[in-house]
Amino acid sequence: MLSLKNVQHYYNSATAVDLPDLILNSGSETLILGMSGSGKSTLMHILAGLLKPSEGLYTLNGTELYSMKESDRDQYRGRNIGIIFQQMHLISTLNVFDNLKLTQYMAGLKQDIGWIEQLCEDLDFTEKMKSYPDELSQGQKQRVSIARAVVNKPKLLLADEPTSSLDDLRSNDVIALLKDQAQKSSATLIVSTHDQRVKSHFSSVVNIDNIQIELV
Amino acid sequence: MNLMKLSFSYLRRRLLNTLLNVLLLSIGIATVVLLLLFTYQLEDNLYKNAEGIDVVVGAKGSPIQLILSSIYHVDSPTGNINLGEAKELMGSTMVAESVPLSLGDNFRGHRIVGTTTQYLEKYGAVVAEGVLWAYEFEVVPGAEVAANEDLKIGDTIFSSHGFSESGHTHDDHALTISGILQPTGTVIDRLILTSVETMWGIHEHHEHDDDHDHDHHHNHDHGDDHHHHDNDHGDVHLHQHDRDDHHHHNEHDAAAENASAGHHGHHHTHGRTITDTSFLNADYNEEQITSMLIRYSNPLAAAQFPRFVNENTSMQAAAPAFEITRLLNLLGVGIDVIRLFAIVLIFASVLGIFIALLNSMKERKYDLAIMRTLGGSRFTLFSLVIVEGIIISLAGGVLGIILGHTAIEAAGSLFSEAQQFEVTGFVFFVEEWAILAMALIVGVIASIIPAYMAYKTDIAQTLAKA
Repeated sequence: MLSLKNVQHYYNSATAVDLPDLILNSGSETLILGMSGSGKSTLMHILAGLLKPSEGLYTLNGTELYSMKESDRDQYRGRNIGIIFQQMHLISTLNVFDNLKLTQYMAGLKQDIGWIEQLCEDLDFTEKMKSYPDELSQGQKQRVSIARAVVNKPKLLLADEPTSSLDDLRSNDVIALLKDQAQKSSATLIVSTHDQRVKSHFSSVVNIDNIQIELV
Repeated sequence: MNLMKLSFSYLRRRLLNTLLNVLLLSIGIATVVLLLLFTYQLEDNLYKNAEGIDVVVGAKGSPIQLILSSIYHVDSPTGNINLGEAKELMGSTMVAESVPLSLGDNFRGHRIVGTTTQYLEKYGAVVAEGVLWAYEFEVVPGAEVAANEDLKIGDTIFSSHGFSESGHTHDDHALTISGILQPTGTVIDRLILTSVETMWGIHEHHEHDDDHDHDHHHNHDHGDDHHHHDNDHGDVHLHQHDRDDHHHHNEHDAAAENASAGHHGHHHTHGRTITDTSFLNADYNEEQITSMLIRYSNPLAAAQFPRFVNENTSMQAAAPAFEITRLLNLLGVGIDVIRLFAIVLIFASVLGIFIALLNSMKERKYDLAIMRTLGGSRFTLFSLVIVEGIIISLAGGVLGIILGHTAIEAAGSLFSEAQQFEVTGFVFFVEEWAILAMALIVGVIASIIPAYMAYKTDIAQTLAKA
């Protein structure tokens, strides 16, 4: 279960983001819809454990993320939270296979080659395992980045604008893949987007326009 | 996957830059290693070859030159000294042992040294095959000379005047190899040894060849029945012991006649009988030698003897221990300059590694943020960058040590000046571990600021800007 309560974040004395309270069940699928600049990214970063909010309480499966020591939080994130970025951000000096192994290494988990191979098969880029990121098509990169997000079998899967640069067909494919992978690792899925096309795929939609407050 | 592999992947991406930094550092390290190997081996050789020699007496001139020419057999001698005068010093109560040296000739660049068997004893040299000289014109090459010139017992060689191969050849006197020495690891290995009389014998002819002056002021009779007689052709005809005719005899006749039309003399391989004291015969008092290696009979002599020689004779006395120290001090200036150059190179490579890492931090900011989201801690990223610096610096260090050894080995075998001091690349000193440690520290210093930047990376901010 994921819970966000009374969370606010001040960037400086003039700008603050007031996040909506959220309670999401494990394995649920939620779409966070908002215009760019609406504070979506702040919400996603806080959910990912990347940004300590100025105020409020965030718990994930009973763990209070921001009361942890930073390095413990890093490890917790590596093992429990999978993140898919709009820009894929694969490590360009490593091939696909090593990118996935790096993900296990950074989380301090055993490097399970069999599982990586299975995942590559599942996401249909086995033939690209030895390729470097700049040798991949946009679609392939997207699938590799999804694989990276789920390789450590996370409890929470976050996707930030996963469809914004894709056409309708691809967009549908990606959402289907995300849902599929989230289900396979029984993870809670949260997709944040400004892309209205995605709306129809989710039963639970949180609109977060106007959460950014000008204090002055 | 581990930090090492990850670091390598980044180094591989900027391969040229990485290689440049490794090379730069390795040249700096190689210079330090080169200096270390050179100075240690030089000092070692200088002291080793001077063991058991308290003082060298020779003609007045530069004392360092006297030491260099008489002990190490580099540089030219300061001149010659009169045997009669030298003998007076040999008899001094302060002198326990004196070994005469007569220099001035070479065979294909290898110096021929006229001396006594005491000289060989000083360096622990013994014959590997054959025997030491028993007659005039018999020579015994050191192990290295014999090997390099492929000399065998019974071979005859002709000496050249001076110390380089280009000197005038004394082609009227064949020197016969009577024995070959075992390797000693000292200067003797590179010399051809013979009696003092042989050196006199060679030059006697030389003088005659040059000026055809038959006024023999040297008396060459010394105990054998044959009286030395002048002949019309300016050749010295040495009949010796009525030995059976030698098989070399005819060959040498023919060779001599072909080589110099004016000379019809024939040469015997064997000259006069030689012992360690035969050169002390009063008949030779007007002959000259180059120098004497002297060992004192008591420690007090070190204070008195050199002063006595320098003030009361036409000769000089130079103490090797003192001159070696002086020489090393003189060399020290040059070594300091090269060391400074090495430090500049190493500093430049620190800067090179630092700038390369700093630049890579900019393009790697997102990668670092991603690694954090994947579970890597700040410290993991810090280590990643430090490991990169260490890989470069260790590669530079190891390559530098290999380069340094290769360079000194190459110098040792290519340059004849270096050969004299037997420098080799196949020795390792414990100090080289310190050099490797220094390389390691260099890597850490160069990478610590970029590593701190990686440590400080603000993930959320970096990702928000993506």
